[in-house]
Amino acid sequence: MESLLIVVVLFVILGFGLALVRTRSNATRRELHGRDAPVLDGTDAGLHQPADEASSRWRDDGTPESEAVLADEPAPPTAKEEEPKTAKVQEPEILSTPPTSISSSLSRSRGPFASLFSRLRSDAGVDPEEWTRLEETLILSDMGPTLAGEIVTELKRQLGKSPSAEALRGALVALLESKFCEGPRQLQFSPNAKPSVVLVVGVNGTGKTTTIGKVASLLMREGRSVMIAAGDTFRAAATEQVGVWASLTGVEVVSGQPGADPASVIFDTIEHARAVGSDVVLCDTAGRLQTKTNLMEELKKIRRVAAKSSGEVTEVLLVIDATTGQNGLRQAEVFHGAAEVTGIVLTKLDGSAKGGVALAIESEFGLPIKLVGLGEGLNDLAPFDPKAFVAALVGEETDV
Amino acid sequence: MFETLGERLEGALSRIRGKTRLTQADVDEALGEIRRALLEADVNIGVVNLISERVGAAAVGAMTSPSLTPGQQVVKAVHNELIDVLGQETYRIRFASTPPTVLLLAGLQGSGKTTAAAKLALLLRRQGRSPYLVAADLARPGAVRQLEILGAQAGVPVFSEPSTPVEVATKGVAEARRLARDVVIIDTAGRLAIDDALMDEVSQIQKATQAHLRFLVIDAMIGQDAVVTARAFDERLELSAVILTKLDGDARGGAALSVKEVVGKPIAFASVGEKLEDFEPFYPDRMASRILGMGDVLSLIERAQDTMDEDVAKKGADRLRSGHFDLEDFLEQLRQVRRMGPLKGVLSMLPGVPKELKNQEIDEAEISRIEAIVSSMTKAERKNPSIIDVSRRARIAAGSGTTSLQVNTLLKQFRDMNKMMRQMGVGPPSATRSRAKSKRKKRR
Repeated sequence: MESLLIVVVLFVILGFGLALVRTRSNATRRELHGRDAPVLDGTDAGLHQPADEASSRWRDDGTPESEAVLADEPAPPTAKEEEPKTAKVQEPEILSTPPTSISSSLSRSRGPFASLFSRLRSDAGVDPEEWTRLEETLILSDMGPTLAGEIVTELKRQLGKSPSAEALRGALVALLESKFCEGPRQLQFSPNAKPSVVLVVGVNGTGKTTTIGKVASLLMREGRSVMIAAGDTFRAAATEQVGVWASLTGVEVVSGQPGADPASVIFDTIEHARAVGSDVVLCDTAGRLQTKTNLMEELKKIRRVAAKSSGEVTEVLLVIDATTGQNGLRQAEVFHGAAEVTGIVLTKLDGSAKGGVALAIESEFGLPIKLVGLGEGLNDLAPFDPKAFVAALVGEETDV
Repeated sequence: MFETLGERLEGALSRIRGKTRLTQADVDEALGEIRRALLEADVNIGVVNLISERVGAAAVGAMTSPSLTPGQQVVKAVHNELIDVLGQETYRIRFASTPPTVLLLAGLQGSGKTTAAAKLALLLRRQGRSPYLVAADLARPGAVRQLEILGAQAGVPVFSEPSTPVEVATKGVAEARRLARDVVIIDTAGRLAIDDALMDEVSQIQKATQAHLRFLVIDAMIGQDAVVTARAFDERLELSAVILTKLDGDARGGAALSVKEVVGKPIAFASVGEKLEDFEPFYPDRMASRILGMGDVLSLIERAQDTMDEDVAKKGADRLRSGHFDLEDFLEQLRQVRRMGPLKGVLSMLPGVPKELKNQEIDEAEISRIEAIVSSMTKAERKNPSIIDVSRRARIAAGSGTTSLQVNTLLKQFRDMNKMMRQMGVGPPSATRSRAKSKRKKRR
C-alpha cells in the first residue's frame, strides 16, 4: 500500500502543482530566451558560423577513427551489389543472396580497431594517450562508457602501463571473449511432441518481421516444419510483410484481423500447428517501446497465453538493432522482465555499426546472442560466434 | 539504471564543497562525470570530447561559485552548452516558390521513415497544405501497403506503382503537379550508409526529382554510428534537416547532438508516439534536458494537457483542499493520472522529486489492485466509506479479486491520507508544502 501514498503524492502534485509547474516552466523559458537574446540578435550568418566551424574542427582534430570507417570502405562486393539496382521491383533479391558470414560483414566495418592497432604497431609501447584512444574506440563500438572503462582498467592491471601492441591485442581479444556469457547459443526446441514456440519481440524497427522470415527459412533448411503467427496486428501492413516472407519460404501464416488481440492470434496459431503437427511456431509481435506500459502488459499476456497453449515456449528472442546505443541495455532489462527473454538476435550487423551494446547486454544480463542479421536476403542470418565477433571487431591477426 | 548527471555531480562535488581551492583532480572528476553522462546518452565520443573541452571553463567557474549546489550550477552550464550546440530556433520548412515542394525522406532500415512520412503529411495537411505521398520504398515487403494505409488514415493520397524507386518518385512528383498538390513527400527504402549501390540509388532519386528538401530520418536510440550515417547521407544528398523518431521511448537521444554538431544540420521534427498526430517541431531546450536526464517538465505538462481533463483535476484539488475528498474523487484522480502512462515514468519527469521516491519501485499491479478495490464499491460506499461493514467488505473483496484484509488496509490508508490532507488543507494551499509533507510521510 506504499504505492497508494505515491499516487496521492502524484495527484497532489498534478492537481495543485500543475499551475505552479507551468509558471515555473514559463519562467525557465523566459530565462532561456533572455539568455538567448544576444545570440539571436546577431546576424543570421553569426548563427550558422559556429556550427560550420565546429563541424570542420571536429573533422580536423576529432576522432580520425570514424574517418577511417569511411576511408576503409572498399566494401567487399556481395551478390546483392552486383544486381543492377534499377531492376529492383516489388520483392527482388530476397531469395538470391548466398549465406553471408559474420566476419566478412563485420570486417567491412572494423575500421576503428584496425587503425588503432596499425598505429600501435609502429610504436614501442602503449602510451597514456593510446590507452585513451583504446577506450574511445571501445566506446565507438557502443559498448558504453562503463564496460569500456572496465576493460581498459582490467587490461592495465593485467599488462602494466606500457605493454607492447601485440600483448595488448592478445589480452584485449581474450578479455572481450570472456565477457560473453555461457548460455546456449543454439535455438532450443521442445523435446516432446508439442510444437516449439518462438516468440520474437523488440522495439519498433529492429527487424523482427525480417528475422522471422529468415529464421523460418533457416529452420526449413534444417528440415523442420514451420508455421508463422502474424502477431503484429498493430502496424499497418505488417501482416502483408510477414506474408511475403512466408510465401518466399513456403511457410503457412496464420493471421487475424488488423487490430485483433495478438495473444489470441498466437494462441490460435499454436493450436492449429499442434493439430497439423508442425514442429515450430514463429510468433511475430508488434514493435513496442519498452516505456509503453500497456504494450508491455500486452506482451506479458502474449507470453502467458503462449505458455498455456498446447505448444511449449522454448525461445523468446529479443531483436536488437546493431545501431542501437546504450538504450539497448534498457530494452534488454525491460523486455527480459516482461517476457523472460532467452536470447538476443542482433540485426543489421552488415552496416557500419559494431553492435557493441549486445556485448554489454550479454555481460550485464547474461542473455546470449543467438543469431545475427547480416543483410536483406533470406539467407542473411548467421549463428552468433563470440570468437568471430571479437576477431572481426578487433581485426584479424594479419599483417596490416 | 543511469543516474542523472545532476545526481552524479552532486556526489562528486560534495567532497569539494567548502574547499577554498579546487585541485585539478576535482575539476577532472567533474569533467569525467559530464563526459560519462553524455556518453551514456549516446553522444558521439568526438562530440563529447569537444563539448567537455568547451564546457570546462564554465564548469570550473560554476564549481567555485558560492552556491550550495555547485553540481546544479555545473549542470546548468552544460545544459546551456548543449542548447547552443542544438541550435536555438525551431525549424521551419521553406516551401518552394513554385509548388509542389518536394521532400525526400531517407535513412537506415527501421528508423521510421514510412511512419514519419505519413505523420509529416498529416501535419502539413492540418497546416492547410495539400500534401501528396509517394511510396518509393519497393524493397521492404509491405512498405507500399503500409504507406497506403497510413496515408488513408491521414487523409492524404498516396502514389505507388510497381516499377523502380527512381521511376516511382519521378512519376509521383509529376502526378502531384498534375493534381496541383503543393507538397510531395517521397518515402524511400531503408539503406545502410555503406551500401554504395543503394546510396547511389537514393542520389539518383534526388537528381531525378530535384527534391527541395532532403530529410534524414534517425532513430533516437541510435548509438555512436549516428555520425557515420549522417555524414554519409549528407555527402550524397546534402541534407536539409533531420527527423528524430521514437522519442517516446526512454533513449536519451544523444544522436541529436552528434548529428547537429558533425553535419551541422538542424533537427526539424520529433516523432513522439505511435499515433499519426504524435509528431511535432523539435525543441532544443527540451532535448538538452533529456540528454542530461533532467526531467522533462515541458513534456510532462504537454502530456498532462493531452490526457488530463482540467476540470476533473481542478475539482479534485478543490475537494482535497476543502477536506471533502472521498473515494469517488480518488478513483477519478487515479484514473486520470494513470492515463498519462506508467507512474514511474510520470514521476521521473517531475523535477525536484527526491531520488528515494524516484527509485521507488512502483508496482503497477498494486495500483491496479487499488483501482479494482475502489471500482468494486458502490457510489454510496465511495462517498461514505464508514458504511462499509463486514458483508460489504466481503462483497468488495470478491468483486475486486482481493481479500477483506486488503480492502481494510486500503480504507485505513485512505482515512490516514485524508487526515493528513486535512491538516495541510488549512491555510492557503501551497503545492510545495503539501508535496514536501506527503513525501516526508511516505518515507517513514
